[in-house]
Amino acid sequence: MIALLTRDLRLATRAGGGFGLSLAFFLILVTLVPFGVGPEASRLTLIAPGILWVGALLASLLSLDRIFALDFEDGTLDQLATAPVPLEAVATMKALAHWLTTGLPLALIAPVLGILLHLPSAAMPWLTVSLLVGTPALSVIGAFGAGLTVGLKRGGLLLSLLVLPLYVPTLIFGAEVVRRGAEGTATATPLAFLAAITLASLAGLPYATAAAIRVNLR
Amino acid sequence: MSIWDYANPRKFMQTSGVVLPWIAGLAMLMLTVGLFWGFFFTPDDYKQGSTVKIIYIHVPAAFIAINAWAMMLVTSLIWLIRRHHVSALAAKAAAPVGLVMTLIALLTGAIWGQPMWGTWWAWDPRLTSFLILLLFYLGYIALWDAIENPDAAADLTSVLCLVGSIFAFLSRYAVLFWSQGLHQGASLSVDSEEHVSNVFAYPLWLCIAGFVMLFVALVLIRTRTEIRARRLSALEARDRMA
Repeated sequence: MIALLTRDLRLATRAGGGFGLSLAFFLILVTLVPFGVGPEASRLTLIAPGILWVGALLASLLSLDRIFALDFEDGTLDQLATAPVPLEAVATMKALAHWLTTGLPLALIAPVLGILLHLPSAAMPWLTVSLLVGTPALSVIGAFGAGLTVGLKRGGLLLSLLVLPLYVPTLIFGAEVVRRGAEGTATATPLAFLAAITLASLAGLPYATAAAIRVNLR
Repeated sequence: MSIWDYANPRKFMQTSGVVLPWIAGLAMLMLTVGLFWGFFFTPDDYKQGSTVKIIYIHVPAAFIAINAWAMMLVTSLIWLIRRHHVSALAAKAAAPVGLVMTLIALLTGAIWGQPMWGTWWAWDPRLTSFLILLLFYLGYIALWDAIENPDAAADLTSVLCLVGSIFAFLSRYAVLFWSQGLHQGASLSVDSEEHVSNVFAYPLWLCIAGFVMLFVALVLIRTRTEIRARRLSALEARDRMA
């Protein structure tokens, strides 16, 4: 499992792996928003938590179809399915590798982009914390969507249609943490819900992902 | 005689062919009586005037929209556990009906909301969760359409339906956290004090029953069509082999 994780990480970070693409996308998205809504600091402050969370969500969506597609095409996934490691563990490791290459860097870079959107400094730590807690759920849910659509020729668009509704609860609680952080009110409740969603999806969804992959490999 | 006998497509086609005209007729009768009763023989609400009458379409459609998904969940589970093809096809058949019911509920709600709340749309928990339900229906139907192998499609959409149910449920309660509502609470309940007056409730119950019959009829028709389409493709495959 560790070997699988390091292999995926190496593949993602080497040339052509697409690492950094989602970060660049996040940056572009955050740059575009002020062009759309106007540069007034007060307005940007108001919408910054939502923009940053939606941006992080879309950025992590970008690289989802890479989770299984390449391994499916060259037969690695068949090898993994017959390997002694359970397919559920493979799915978890793949999601973890996706998180390490998108969610984690997104969470770390988000405060810098928060400055661009005039996010109050009180909310900065909450932004990082909420993204750290919430983005694993995005990766695990996304891996499920990728597993469903891995056998399809053009699964990318369908993947986003399937995955985005599943992201709703995560987004609600994640953005609420940042919003409350900006207002200076207590953030414990939405943060606890966010953590619950992450842990529950981490515990349950790999089974569904593995089931979907088995169907696609049939 | 167990319910599993109907897992046999032949048996299902026989029985559904017999009961379908009765169910469709009953749906038409109930809806005609219920809607006429509701539209012409109930008083106007003292605050809402005659706009209250949209309730006879809005509430039944919303009721079906939610329960169609619940039915898809049950039939998906039956397919995953017992591998009865009729069950998977019934889930496939119910999805577009549920989608249209969700749309009807959203549209009639908007038409009702404009004069009453002064807005077509508000990010109210109930309205928002219906919008999310609409997205779930769209994704489910798109996945059915995208996969060529029918068994794989049935498997994958069933898994999506299970996972989607959990997340739809979660979204329903997460939006409560996120926004306070404009929509009223339950319109109908057995023991609650605060539901609509009996003058409105009796035709409403009739309309709901009519919508249920309509839903059953539509799902039966669509399932029968799916079964026939399966038989056709089997025949074609056999011709190609010969």
